[in-house]
Amino acid sequence: MSAMKKLINDPAHVVADALRGVALAHPELRVDHEQKVVYRGDAPVRGKVGLISGGGSGHEPLHAGFVGPGMLDAACAGEIFTSPVPDQMVAATKGVDGGAGVLHIVKNYTGDVMNFEMAAEIVAAETGTEVIAVVTDDDVAVQDSLYTAGRRGVGVTVLVEKIAGAAAAEGRPLADVAAVARKVNENGRSMGLALTSCTVPAAGKPTFDLPDGQMEVGIGIHGEPGRRRVPVASAAEAAEMLVTPILADLDYHSGVIAFVNGMGATPLIELYVLFAEVAAILEKSGVGIARSLVGPYITSLDMAGASVTLLRADDEILRLWDAPVRTPGLRWGI
Amino acid sequence: MADTVDTEALHAWIREFARLIAEHKDLLTELDSAIGDADHGINLHRGMSAVVEVLEKESPGRPAELLKRTGMTLVSTVGGASGPLYGTAFLRMSAIAGDAETLDGADIAKILRAALDGVVARGKAQAGDKTMYDALAPAVESIEESIADGQPLGEALDNAVRAAEQGRAATVAMVARKGRASYLGERSAGHQDPGATSVTLLVAAAARALA
Repeated sequence: MSAMKKLINDPAHVVADALRGVALAHPELRVDHEQKVVYRGDAPVRGKVGLISGGGSGHEPLHAGFVGPGMLDAACAGEIFTSPVPDQMVAATKGVDGGAGVLHIVKNYTGDVMNFEMAAEIVAAETGTEVIAVVTDDDVAVQDSLYTAGRRGVGVTVLVEKIAGAAAAEGRPLADVAAVARKVNENGRSMGLALTSCTVPAAGKPTFDLPDGQMEVGIGIHGEPGRRRVPVASAAEAAEMLVTPILADLDYHSGVIAFVNGMGATPLIELYVLFAEVAAILEKSGVGIARSLVGPYITSLDMAGASVTLLRADDEILRLWDAPVRTPGLRWGI
Repeated sequence: MADTVDTEALHAWIREFARLIAEHKDLLTELDSAIGDADHGINLHRGMSAVVEVLEKESPGRPAELLKRTGMTLVSTVGGASGPLYGTAFLRMSAIAGDAETLDGADIAKILRAALDGVVARGKAQAGDKTMYDALAPAVESIEESIADGQPLGEALDNAVRAAEQGRAATVAMVARKGRASYLGERSAGHQDPGATSVTLLVAAAARALA
């Protein structure tokens, strides 16, 4: 096996070193290097609902890259692919509390859910801050039943952070912002595939073996094995494998936000090839695209592959999607 | 040996658990890479190293204090699912230990039962879900029976280790219904659960250090 090739200094310090880079590249953000929390520079914003998220690192730009006006107020960075700890969410919650309560946006992974739960318990015990958690679970690759941990939170998380962030920026109360976040999650579905595995720096070798000529369909964003392994297909066939289960899971009609996401190592040109195929399938299915997003926004380190997220959007969602946002990862209208 | 466990003995238990985790770090991570995300050994090792350091710095007075500090440190350093699960287990043990200066066999059975209840409350796992519960629950039941039968703590803990080991072995055939392993469905069968493996080390450490 070939040795790991990564632009790092020390596998144990990747997250801390990256946060130093974030702080230097984005002086409008404030980075607490001790707690590994990234804040918008003017947090807490008085009278505005605070939005925090967080999760294991390795999915950049998610979450720290989405901190800024119109999106998140703070993001907690865990170790690579490992949930942050409650201390971080407690610090972030206190740091963004502008008096209108705080929304926790949590991807549905056992560790993330438990750590955010413990943080909410600690916040409730220590402060009067009202906290509501919204858990994202949009990955149709996972059977949603009593017999699993439920669907994973993947691509829709980016859309929830943008749209709920816009609702909070409008000055809406916590219950409304939470309702918007839930609505986005309930109306969005995702499916992903991997052409290669990814290598966690501390592990030094690929998380799973994917032989030449094979791809894994139904992967998550942590190198978890997927639903099935098939020979590498064309972009047109891959689009079918990703879009068909999404359309089978939810009744889509015109007015979707179509999001084609890169897993980290797949170039943008391939994402556009895939997007064209996704759009063709949607057109055939009578599903009109209202807005689109193409690029690596919720990644899995150096994994090659892509995911598709389709969000049923009503006028409110589209208006909030179009609202100004200014973060390192998403920026328009400002 | 007398069936009295003081803070120093509990401290030895924690140190022994940390040593066993360090020794089995690669095994735990290997088991986790088969059905999870390949970090169980790394994360627990980081957490238990931090616990040992914290307890070295300032030795805690009562058992409850030591257990609480252990739990808080694990919650703050482990992350993932193991942080809240092990952390909650130790915090619940601490709550049960109360003001006691020493614990007897019945107390040890009680705190281990509280640890199990904490794991269930946090993780919502049931028997057969292929989690740490499947090794910890038989161990707790075993120690409760042994103590009720009047066996000395040392024997009770030795029996508990065997019960945990049997529970751990039983996880191999199970299909995971909790945690990341559940995403694999039937493909999770045939692999020993990493959480059941690490919690068996916790019981084994108790058998070596507490009696």
